[in-house]
Amino acid sequence: METKNVMIVGVGGQGSLLASKLLGRLLLGKGYDIKVSEVHGMSQRGGSVVTYVRFGDKVYSPVIDKGQADFIVSFELLEAARWTEFLKPGGKLIANTQRIDPMPVIIGAAEYPEDLAKKMLDAGIDLDAMDALSLAQEAGSSKAVNLVLMGRLSKYFDIPQEEWMAAIEASVPPKFLEMNKKAFALGANA
Amino acid sequence: MKQLMLGNEAVARGLYEAGCAFVSSYPGTPSTEITEAIAKYPEVYAEWAPNEKVAMEAAFGASLAGRRSFCGMKHVGLNVAADPLFTLSYTGVNAGMVIGVADDAGMHSSQNEQDSRHYARAAKVPMLEPSDSAEALAMTKLAYELSEKFDTPVLVKMCTRVSHSQSVVETGERVEHLKEYQKDIAKYVMMPGNAKRRHPVVEARTRALVEYAESCEINVVEEGEDKSVGFITSSTSYQYIKEVMGDKHPVMKLGLIWPMPEEKIRNFAASVEKLVIVEELDGFIQSHCRDLGIQCVGKEVFSCIDELSQNKVAAQLGKDVVSGTKLEENIPPRPPVMCAGCPHRGLFYTLKKNKLTVLGDIGCYTLGAVAPLAAVDSVICMGASVSGIHGFCKSQNGAADNKTVAVIGDSTFMHSGITGLVNMAYNESNATVIIVDNSITGMTGHQQNPTTGFNLKGDPCAKIDLETLCRAVGIKRVRVVDPYDLKQCDEAIKEELAAEEPSVIISRRPCALLKYVKHKAPLTVDQDKCVGCKACMKIGCPAISMVDGKAKVDATQCVGCGVCQQLCKLGALKEV
Repeated sequence: METKNVMIVGVGGQGSLLASKLLGRLLLGKGYDIKVSEVHGMSQRGGSVVTYVRFGDKVYSPVIDKGQADFIVSFELLEAARWTEFLKPGGKLIANTQRIDPMPVIIGAAEYPEDLAKKMLDAGIDLDAMDALSLAQEAGSSKAVNLVLMGRLSKYFDIPQEEWMAAIEASVPPKFLEMNKKAFALGANA
Repeated sequence: MKQLMLGNEAVARGLYEAGCAFVSSYPGTPSTEITEAIAKYPEVYAEWAPNEKVAMEAAFGASLAGRRSFCGMKHVGLNVAADPLFTLSYTGVNAGMVIGVADDAGMHSSQNEQDSRHYARAAKVPMLEPSDSAEALAMTKLAYELSEKFDTPVLVKMCTRVSHSQSVVETGERVEHLKEYQKDIAKYVMMPGNAKRRHPVVEARTRALVEYAESCEINVVEEGEDKSVGFITSSTSYQYIKEVMGDKHPVMKLGLIWPMPEEKIRNFAASVEKLVIVEELDGFIQSHCRDLGIQCVGKEVFSCIDELSQNKVAAQLGKDVVSGTKLEENIPPRPPVMCAGCPHRGLFYTLKKNKLTVLGDIGCYTLGAVAPLAAVDSVICMGASVSGIHGFCKSQNGAADNKTVAVIGDSTFMHSGITGLVNMAYNESNATVIIVDNSITGMTGHQQNPTTGFNLKGDPCAKIDLETLCRAVGIKRVRVVDPYDLKQCDEAIKEELAAEEPSVIISRRPCALLKYVKHKAPLTVDQDKCVGCKACMKIGCPAISMVDGKAKVDATQCVGCGVCQQLCKLGALKEV
């Protein structure tokens, strides 16, 4: 199989590492060659973060470059807009509509662009926008945005639900399992 | 069993399987997880040392005693440990000794972009360079064999993309390797007479390693039908060239990046019409080829600045690169910032308010240089704040004494701030040093250090008392402040700057991200009282923004630290 590329983007501290861990577990179980590239250290401190997940028969580069992502899963709307160049033709952008102001906006040195979702759609980007934060809160925790978005991504993957569930069970602590499963289901069915 | 592992975890697994018994490291992105992962194997003694020099010397001690040992560090850490490295090259080892060093091309979390391969050449020590997790595991084990066979410490060089990428590995069993300690003055006591006899041994070893490089399994030639061009590469650059070119052209991948083979490279160069060297950062392989008189292209096309990627490689090789749709919109950048509730914030606000010159250091608090605080004047390397302020103030003959401070974290102070403070006491500075003690090594992801009272494995252990330590080196004025209390910070800084002798202020409060730190309820804004004056915005807290002319607190981020409350003269920021 030709290598598939999934980018997970967001703001440091939003929980994107758990999402990539979950995807890695899921895809390893399918027998693929996989590479998952993460960001640690300084850029994690509230900065723009990106994780690359690649799978197929043989994966070489650990990173995804411009024009190569089959999917971008964004935890925040501005971050979704930041990375659109990385989508390949026909690639899909799944975006949480949550707004988190970056420091230049907070201190008034820059503006948070208005109507980003509409602008992305107008630019011909295949955008699937959702209020993942509300669904996460409905599931029991605003921290479950990652599972809501993974639920949404699962709609586009030809992988049975029970395999996703097994990967979730292997990735989250038992205490939070039910809440995370609920968040996943809400994302998948939204 | 097949599993996904970070490159760093794979190094740790390699250490485990190779029978490594002793690990001493200092954390540093992107190397930290090697040592965190090895700490989970009960068979291996593992510790955080106060700095990389101590770690390397401790690892040497274990090797001398007959136990396979390891020390891990980031590229700039190898600068700190360079002193023992160059002489360990002369002594060689007893049991195998491996040094892990992780470069950070692209400077994701570093202050420079140095290429550590130069150290292998300069110290005349072999260096292995894995290109994924499976190789990281295998090469770590091989490094011990080479260390013992060639009687040398061996460097395993990682980089951000290998360290922090998970890929598939197959694990094996642990095999113990124990040696006896044997006294050998001529080999291990490096005074001139002995060192003179060891230098020729080092040169002979390098010649033997070149022989090994000619035929070793980790220097691979992958054949390709189209010989109009051939590539020599290593590490993650190998992955990029394979991604772009597949199996079309011949590729030589050097797993042993120092010393490099000669005949093997000559033969490869002769087998292709054009030789292209694909490597990140400096032209290290290219220089070697040039030394051999081989014509090649490398740094002329692949920049020595920043990371490579498949698109960069493809573009330089004349391949089409198609980008996705770029949004025609001004997308504001999102630089890293101090977290909501970060104890450093209140302190840096006070420094800015007093218009002080601040010599900064390496850690989360380097972010004090970012707007709107913008309260840091210099950051060089670990410890440079304390040493630097001494020179800054001394050279100004007292004119800078009451408007300059050094700021250094607890872990960084332990790493290399102490000697600077000794210099201040000994040479009678009148400067003020602030130790921002957040009770953890924050930036690298919460590692314990000598001031926290816990060791790498999380067990309680001896705790270095900062106040006692500072007094012991001769600083009489040592005081502690709570950085959440702006008035207390302001008073302490004014008083210590005014004092006619050196001072240490310890700004103490645990990192807000530590699990044991209890957060207060998020604050809210009284809409009737807020007039939108933006006084609360001066601290650059990511939880506060202005919406429709009034302050708004993001309840998902706010931890109720109360620093913003102290700035609001109208009492608009309230506890619920």
